[in-house]
Amino acid sequence: MSQAVVERLTAHFGERVLETSDAFGDHEVVVAIKDWAEVAQFMKDDSDLQMDHFIDLTAVDYPERESSRFDLLLMTRSSVTGARIRLRTYVKDGEEPGTLSGIWSGANWAEREVWDMFGIKFNGHPDMRRILLYDEFVGHPLRKDYPIDKAQPLVPYREVSDIDKLPPFGIEEGQPFARIDWESRLAGGDNQVSPAIGVQQGQRRTLSDSEAAQQIQARIKARMAQESAEGEASEDSAEEGSGQ
Amino acid sequence: MEPADELSNDQASLELSADPMRLNMGPSHPAMHGTIRMVIDLDGETLVNLDVQPGYLHRGFEKSCERGTWAQVFPYVDRLNYVSPMLNNVGWALAVEKLLGIEVPERCQYYRVILGELARVADHFTCNGASAMELGAFTPFLWLLKVRDWVWDILERETGARMTHSFGRIGGMAAPPTATFKDDVLRLIPEVHKVVKETEIMLLRNRIFLDRMQGVGVLTKEQALSYGVTGPMARSTGIPYDVRKDHPYLVYDRFDFDVPVGEDGDNWDRFMVRLEEIRQSVRIIEQAIEQMPDDGPINVDDPRIVYPAKDDVYTTIEATIAHFKLVMEGLRTPKGEVYSFIEGGNGELGFHIVSDGSGTPYRVRVRPPCWYGLAASREMLLGGMIADIIPTFGSVNMIGGECDR
Repeated sequence: MSQAVVERLTAHFGERVLETSDAFGDHEVVVAIKDWAEVAQFMKDDSDLQMDHFIDLTAVDYPERESSRFDLLLMTRSSVTGARIRLRTYVKDGEEPGTLSGIWSGANWAEREVWDMFGIKFNGHPDMRRILLYDEFVGHPLRKDYPIDKAQPLVPYREVSDIDKLPPFGIEEGQPFARIDWESRLAGGDNQVSPAIGVQQGQRRTLSDSEAAQQIQARIKARMAQESAEGEASEDSAEEGSGQ
Repeated sequence: MEPADELSNDQASLELSADPMRLNMGPSHPAMHGTIRMVIDLDGETLVNLDVQPGYLHRGFEKSCERGTWAQVFPYVDRLNYVSPMLNNVGWALAVEKLLGIEVPERCQYYRVILGELARVADHFTCNGASAMELGAFTPFLWLLKVRDWVWDILERETGARMTHSFGRIGGMAAPPTATFKDDVLRLIPEVHKVVKETEIMLLRNRIFLDRMQGVGVLTKEQALSYGVTGPMARSTGIPYDVRKDHPYLVYDRFDFDVPVGEDGDNWDRFMVRLEEIRQSVRIIEQAIEQMPDDGPINVDDPRIVYPAKDDVYTTIEATIAHFKLVMEGLRTPKGEVYSFIEGGNGELGFHIVSDGSGTPYRVRVRPPCWYGLAASREMLLGGMIADIIPTFGSVNMIGGECDR
């Protein structure tokens, strides 16, 4: 069923269809970014295709690719024929593909999410606000160069000396590593780090290295010293008491 | 404020402002289950403008998936739609299996169908019960949750956890069915039928319930398609789209079941579609129990994918190494992209996964069904009364974990 969509699009758009694929049984058509909205509009309006059911719109980040950084993906379905198709285009950082929110209303929120997560703006979108994150958030977290353990708390972390865990917790909470350290990989290092062998290779940032961990350890040491001092003091007073 | 009779004349005849009143509903509001904020402009009690703001439960699911192995995603998907986590487990397992090009043994397919349908029954019971409760009908809520708990009892016996099962595995399930599995499920079925019947008796001729549900929160067929609405919500508008029928996965093509559709796309139709789907799910479960083989493997026979048996891990070096490699490096998938989708509790639950050939997902996109339902809710609510938000939002069945990820 979906093969028919690919053939119809190839027949109509000719060389403007850059690639087609049916890997893993998912039919896909690749177009240039300038044709993005036009092909989508055609898919919906064409009487043979009638791709009227919006399914999903998302992006994938390839920071190491030189030609264009993002893949933009649109998935639609026809409620008449039951055919499904995936439309793909390549988007450079800063490029603005045309919005599809006038074609399918569902694209409105999907495009807002892509803007929020990847920083791809859509030309002509009626309401280009962040949707999942808050307005004060800096950066776009699903970009590979956004560190996975970076935190941007709206409320500052609490500093309480004698209790280690009070919410909101510090950024050292949770696993401090990522399998791939994108930060240094993009800087040119080889960082396909498996956590098991990473330590031996000295590549993996461990908790003990981080400043936060050092602070905690310093805090623990200080408290132990304080406790032992208090303990000695109370022993002294106990001795004094028995002496009297 | 002073009592009215004590007000002087000019105070009593104070002119009301003609501007719309702006009201913040949520994010922490008893009826906004999950945490959703709605900024509402009111003219009297009529909604003139509405801004739905999700995201208060955003945990970075998709980013988190990019730093573990494929198998480590299972606990995360449990926490997407936490009302029917088993369906998410099955969905994720199927997505990775599509990438690997494997198919689980028949017994496992039936097992996944039965567990998944049980989860769907629990999901619909919860949604319908909560819808009724928010309109003041507390008894149906308790009665429906009673059966949901019995469903969870079965899931707990099978998986060890009531909600966050983490029971799916790539290439199979964590454990084979228990010896009493079929009997337990068969014993539950009459109870489910009984409670559905009781719900109908209690609610379907209740004037208050009818008035709040019928003709309220109407979604048209065209809107539903345009917004990407799927599942019970789409079916209530008359779109007969059910992934189990249209793109059968597992062994759904072997079962005889109907896809209930509504006509008006209002709250009433959504309620009734869910109620009928419970019956259809039970039909599927009955047939699956009958057809499910009692013996046979649950997992695919491929040591590169499936964990070795625990006994072997502790006694043989080969199994220890295999276990270590699978846990620490993760199984390797071919390079490529797949989109795999199942019928979740709220509609088409899709996983678009990108693999770079390593043991870690390069990108995981989950298509959350209720995300698009919530996007459509603005049009369903505009022009209605403020009190209609409660039943409409309830029947959209927004699940925070899935919507905000």
